[in-house]
Amino acid sequence: MATATELPVELFKGPVDPDWCPGCGDFGVLKSIQEAAAKNGIRPENLMVVSGIGCSSNLPGFITSYGVHSLHGRSVPVATGVHLANTDMKVVIVGGDGDGYGIGVGHLIHAMRRNLDVTYVVMDNQIYGLTTGQTSPTSTLGHKTKSTPQGNIENPINPLALAMISGATFVARGFSGEQKLLADTIAAAMNHKGFALVDTFSPCVTYNKINTYPWFKERVYKLEDTDFDPTESLYKSLEKSYEWDEKLPLGVLYKHEMPTYEDGEMSLKAGALVKQPLAINKETYKSLVEELI
Amino acid sequence: MQEVTIGIAGAAGDGLDKSGDTLARSCGRFGLHVYAYNSYQSIIRGGHIWLKVRVSDRKVTCHGDKLNVLVALNQDSIERHAREVDEGGFILFNSDRIKCEELLVKKGVTLLPISMKEVTEEVAKKFGPVKPIMQNTVAMGAVMHLMGLGTEQTEEVLTDTFSAKGQEVIDMNIALLEAGYEYAKKLVSKPIFVAGKWETDKKRRPFITGNEAIAMAAYAAGCKFYAAYPMTPASTILHWMATNAKKTGILVKQCEDEISVANMAIGAGIGGVRSMCATAGGGFALMTEAVGMAGIMEVPVVFVEVQRGGPSTGLPTKTEQADLFQVLGASQGEFPRLIVAPKDIADSYASTVEAFNLADKYQLPVLMMSDLLLSEHPETVDAEQLSCDVKVERPEFIKEWDAEKNGKFKRYKFTESGISPRALPGTPGACHVTASDDHDERGILISDMFTSPPVRRKIMEKRMTKVENMLKELQPPQLEGPANADVTLLCWGSTWGVVREAAELLNEKGIKTNYLCIKYIAPFHTKEVTEILSKSKKKISVEVNFTSVMAQFVKMQTGVSMDGHITKYDGEPLEPLMIVEEVEAQLASKTKDLSVSEAEAMEMAYHYLRTHALEKLRPSTLKIHSKNGSGEPVWEIELAERITGKGAGTIKIGSNTGSIIEFKQETPVKA
Ligand SMILES: Cc1ncc(C[n+]2csc(CCOP(=O)(O)OP(=O)(O)O)c2C)c(N)n1
Ligand code: SF4
Ligand SMILES: [Mg+2]
Repeated sequence: MATATELPVELFKGPVDPDWCPGCGDFGVLKSIQEAAAKNGIRPENLMVVSGIGCSSNLPGFITSYGVHSLHGRSVPVATGVHLANTDMKVVIVGGDGDGYGIGVGHLIHAMRRNLDVTYVVMDNQIYGLTTGQTSPTSTLGHKTKSTPQGNIENPINPLALAMISGATFVARGFSGEQKLLADTIAAAMNHKGFALVDTFSPCVTYNKINTYPWFKERVYKLEDTDFDPTESLYKSLEKSYEWDEKLPLGVLYKHEMPTYEDGEMSLKAGALVKQPLAINKETYKSLVEELI
Repeated sequence: MQEVTIGIAGAAGDGLDKSGDTLARSCGRFGLHVYAYNSYQSIIRGGHIWLKVRVSDRKVTCHGDKLNVLVALNQDSIERHAREVDEGGFILFNSDRIKCEELLVKKGVTLLPISMKEVTEEVAKKFGPVKPIMQNTVAMGAVMHLMGLGTEQTEEVLTDTFSAKGQEVIDMNIALLEAGYEYAKKLVSKPIFVAGKWETDKKRRPFITGNEAIAMAAYAAGCKFYAAYPMTPASTILHWMATNAKKTGILVKQCEDEISVANMAIGAGIGGVRSMCATAGGGFALMTEAVGMAGIMEVPVVFVEVQRGGPSTGLPTKTEQADLFQVLGASQGEFPRLIVAPKDIADSYASTVEAFNLADKYQLPVLMMSDLLLSEHPETVDAEQLSCDVKVERPEFIKEWDAEKNGKFKRYKFTESGISPRALPGTPGACHVTASDDHDERGILISDMFTSPPVRRKIMEKRMTKVENMLKELQPPQLEGPANADVTLLCWGSTWGVVREAAELLNEKGIKTNYLCIKYIAPFHTKEVTEILSKSKKKISVEVNFTSVMAQFVKMQTGVSMDGHITKYDGEPLEPLMIVEEVEAQLASKTKDLSVSEAEAMEMAYHYLRTHALEKLRPSTLKIHSKNGSGEPVWEIELAERITGKGAGTIKIGSNTGSIIEFKQETPVKA
């Protein structure tokens, strides 16, 4: 989609105020998505925000655009269906780490290998917020949560590496404490043709007392301040994605141009499905009946 | 009126499905009606296949009870099916490699050994060696003579079938067909039928399966999105969709699992296109959470659930009708849905078109229930019943919304009819969220922080109102057959076709019988069904399952209990005579004998040998012993070596328990 003129961000102000806890990282993500859409000049009616279930998945209700607030873990297939039905819509998937990397991880891997042309912003708070603080697929080793009172004994998933090896063609990390950078990253992700994953540190101030704002602030740094080139090689990007504990890179880790699923799907050559006529070609139909005789 | 049933038996890979198809199409082009059924549809090469093709000059709705011609493509087929051929029938086999002993067959059955080498000699001289699979064409030629049909239609079919392979292949096949025809003509002066006796209307009829009918109807109805994950017996819808996608323009998506399938189909529905997915019971179990989402979101989408033998992986290639409660109970909570179970192929077509229209009109998920028999058996259908000139009705969508003038757009506006205006994503001014949490008129959540009991009450009532209205436009079920019958049979799905014929036979026998087929399951015509059943005398449900689920459901809805149940749960469909016999037994208050019959004992022996002796042995003679120390009568089956015919051991099967009590092999078979 060609970059159109910027729109006022107020256009995207939602019908109701978010019900997140004061200080929740998700506020910064909401603001960033609104700014990114405004910056990219995508009109609210052409924006489709699809989520699953979780605190973070409530986001579509807080922005003015079209939205689907689907099932826990199912945002990706629902978004795929909506997008394939109407490829003229810009689709942004949002949700939590549990939603995307736990219950929904199967769909995520397949959407990435298809290089579907959508953007996925995961609000990664390394905890299950909505269900009041259980361990999540990105909770670190030893993390004591409601469901792991003795400390988590499972290794966390590395979402960035997972995305890269699964075939996503734009992989980035954001932090809602660095909101301007996050808005820019999401805007770039939306402009990317192909599957874009933006794993975003979005602290849960209520249930995650380990991965807090100060914890992140101490560790994050911006890739744009270094000479790292996300387009150089998958291996360099993979290496970067394994930086953890001491230093946490923010920004685009990997970017690669590849044909999208939509490019290969022949039914879309005639334009968005929803805009194609309902009536069928009767001659074609009759030839199909004739084949049966 | 006349009819003939031809059985073709052989091993998977023998090409008999192709022969069956050629035969059926030839008859279809001749204006005859065909119903084919393939049991033992082994996917594994070498497995036993048994295809029955019933041909009639009036519409037949099941594969019936008769067998007039057996085409046996291997020795096994002779042993297993020769005794099934009715008096006056014929058995065809390649006498170069297959033997058929007279004592295997019923009185009045004619053996028609064909020495393929001899019969194809001339053809081989002209065209080169005749492959074993081509011998089927010779057999088809002979069958055409026995049926009193010429070879004209078959020649046409062969020409079309082999058109891509060139004239030489076409000519060779036609030569083989004629050789077979002439050979049979020489040997059999009195075929089963003579030409001219067939009362054909000369209409060329397409030969189609239930799944193909669903797929074609979806296309005709304007379906633009089809998602699936392969699962028998729904896969052939996916195959049709994928094969024809280039022509139809439908987006066909194989997903990573059925959860994805259902959610993607719903996503496409939200996006505004007509969307469908299909699966079997196991896949549908994975879809259930999404079904409820479509309900609360009010998304039009069509789910097809093709039942197979369950539970769990169950019987992947066998038929059953036991998923009713799964589909009825799919997903938590209450929401409007349409559940429809078509009764035959033409009805599958019409129901699919209707499913799309009603899904769109009432904005809800439609769950269409088929079953393996209905979905996979092919039958001839009048071309008009597959016409693409169908009613395709879509309500208008909001094109643009002026919020300043009209207020904020209400996607779930409370209305008398329960139907709210729809604006598709992309419509200026009508932005809203489609949510799985319950919501108010504008789609704003009422689920967590701002729960509002009155709003919840109203949105529930709005959604559920749609059900009442929809029921009014659905055709209520009707009794078929004579009024004031002594027996009323209750059925659903593909069982209708068998019940219809069973009722005819019962009426001929003087047992006045009518039948009621339930097509719309939700919403349900409680008033009409109660009225019919409370006036009926002896009520017997007929279903292919163990627990008579439809009878249970009807009782739940109407309070009316059946007086008896006919069930079948061995994976094979019912046949008319089975129903007739059971009705008679129930009228005479006889209890059903559940012991292992002679034929079943034989079948069990075959199966046991297939898995434990690599098919190197076969059962030969069978006796029943009462005094044997096993605490039950025992079937004792002598085994023979397949090649030499030498005695090779015994199998003993408990006639009550069905347990394999003993398997003794004289010399163990080498792997
Ligand atoms: C099938 C299913 N299982 C469980 C739940 C309960 N549930 C709701 S949200 C959630 C986890 C939320 O965690 P996350 O996705 O990380 O979102 P967050 O609340 O942290 O933003 C769970 C387990 C559900 N809604 N559906
Ligand atoms: S519980 Fe955590 S994730 Fe949920 S709104 Fe509160 S702070 Fe945010
Ligand atoms: Mg979380």
